[in-house]
Amino acid sequence: MPDWLAQLLITLLKAVLVAFALLTTFAYMTLIERRLLARMQIRVGPNRVGPGGLLQPLADAIKSIFKEDLSVTLADKLVYTLAPIVAIGMALTAFGGIPAGPPRSLFGTDPWVYQLDAGILALLALTSMGVYGIFLGGWASGSKYPILGGLRSSAQMISYELGMGLSVLGLLMLVGSTSFVRLVEWQAANGWLILFQVLGFALFLVSSFAETNRTPFDLPEAEQELVAGYLTEYSAIKWALFQMAEYVNMITASAIMATLFFGGYRGPVFLDGLIPGISGWPIIWLVVKIAFFLFLFIWVRATLPRLRYDQLMRFGWKLVLPVALANTLMTAAFLAFGRGVGLWLLALLSLAGLLLLFALSDRVRALWNTPTQRREAEGARVRPLGGD
Amino acid sequence: MGVLDIAKGMGVTLGKLFQKPVTVSYPEQRATLQPRFRGRHVLTRHPGTGLEKCIGCSLCAAVCPAYAIYVEAAENDPLNPTSPGERYAKVYEINMLRCIFCGLCEEACPTGAVVLGNEFEMADYRYRDFVYGKEDMLVSVEGSLPQRREAARTGKPVRLGFQVPQGPRPELEGVEYPR
Repeated sequence: MPDWLAQLLITLLKAVLVAFALLTTFAYMTLIERRLLARMQIRVGPNRVGPGGLLQPLADAIKSIFKEDLSVTLADKLVYTLAPIVAIGMALTAFGGIPAGPPRSLFGTDPWVYQLDAGILALLALTSMGVYGIFLGGWASGSKYPILGGLRSSAQMISYELGMGLSVLGLLMLVGSTSFVRLVEWQAANGWLILFQVLGFALFLVSSFAETNRTPFDLPEAEQELVAGYLTEYSAIKWALFQMAEYVNMITASAIMATLFFGGYRGPVFLDGLIPGISGWPIIWLVVKIAFFLFLFIWVRATLPRLRYDQLMRFGWKLVLPVALANTLMTAAFLAFGRGVGLWLLALLSLAGLLLLFALSDRVRALWNTPTQRREAEGARVRPLGGD
Repeated sequence: MGVLDIAKGMGVTLGKLFQKPVTVSYPEQRATLQPRFRGRHVLTRHPGTGLEKCIGCSLCAAVCPAYAIYVEAAENDPLNPTSPGERYAKVYEINMLRCIFCGLCEEACPTGAVVLGNEFEMADYRYRDFVYGKEDMLVSVEGSLPQRREAARTGKPVRLGFQVPQGPRPELEGVEYPR
């Protein structure tokens, strides 16, 4: 067998494996999420299908496949059908670049489907392609609610993508590479990047919640205003594909956060001192970190109410973006002047920035209030209806 | 909403995660109802004579805001009366799909014949099966139509999925609910 063919076959095999793992995780994520949400609301959650509800994802899948697939007469059939496929395709592709271990650690091959030198940039580009799925879905539905919902959703996702891209900029400058593997190895040598980029991580976390359309930023499905937004006219398996894209995006976002800020496939450095060889379980460490972030996604969903749309946009453009820029500036200043002092200075600066932001959160928000809100905050009296 | 408030809220939900759920596993575990819960109608009888209280006056049908009740009265046989009055309800039907359980029929009834009971398990498959006749609502009838159909098929007794700890209201004469 020629070498290139072997490479191709191995890559294909890994791609299938990753897709299978992601889809299984997605299926059980839905169950785990429903169970956890229920428990946080002191309920039990789905427990009817199979022992402990374990077959519920299967039942859901069968149901959505055999459900009647309706579509609007005016829908652009081709785009309408392709849109969920684009959404799920991009979500699945993005995960392939995440390294699940050091190079050549998977039976002599690399534990990722593809690895580009521009790893993070390529990944950000891929996840942003998911917007096409959502917007085209809304546009092709041939109805007015979805197109409005699609516009809103894409505006939201694009806004937060900028914040997301900018908040990793400081990190990339610090490491001096956009390759995931280099990033992880840098963290193994110098400590997790969360230590030096707390501010960047906070912004990235918020942006990924908005980017994956999860609560409190789940406006695409704001049913009280939109009747499900861009997917109003979708039903059955196409609808399920959109949901699947959301969950796969969530898993990918968790993996990115774990890789960028939490040492990726490497275990904590200090544990290595206590128990030797503990960072030698790359995939397990990655899975543990991903699971932690997925739990965070669910936990936040159980707690926070949904933002209003103007709040969401204001937050994205007027807070996340400038603060991410400030974070970049801070890192650049450190690289220019403070490199000799040591990384701890950057850690301190970053933490101070985050604490300052928290402490000033009310005042910072007031700065960007609209005139109406300013008047309300100043306690302007509401004019009584009629008469004096 | 400050950051501390968010943290506080997250703490609350995390705490609830470790609390015991309050869910009642309904079909296996009986749901506990208050006696004042108003469900399916019961047509009561006089306790002593066993005669039907309904005299077919149609006041319930007249007062029903959803036009869910249909009554057809007939003269009583003097030797073998169905009700103590001159007439009795030959046909007494309530469309449970239209009924809004407002209780106006109960209010309007001069003899206290139609009373809203606590039965609520009436899910069924066909529209026509939701039109309940006298044979479905008279006081000795146990369970709803689908439950009785199920019981007839499996040979098991009807099992009501609820309990009323303090027992049925006094106007529901002769009705027994599990306690």
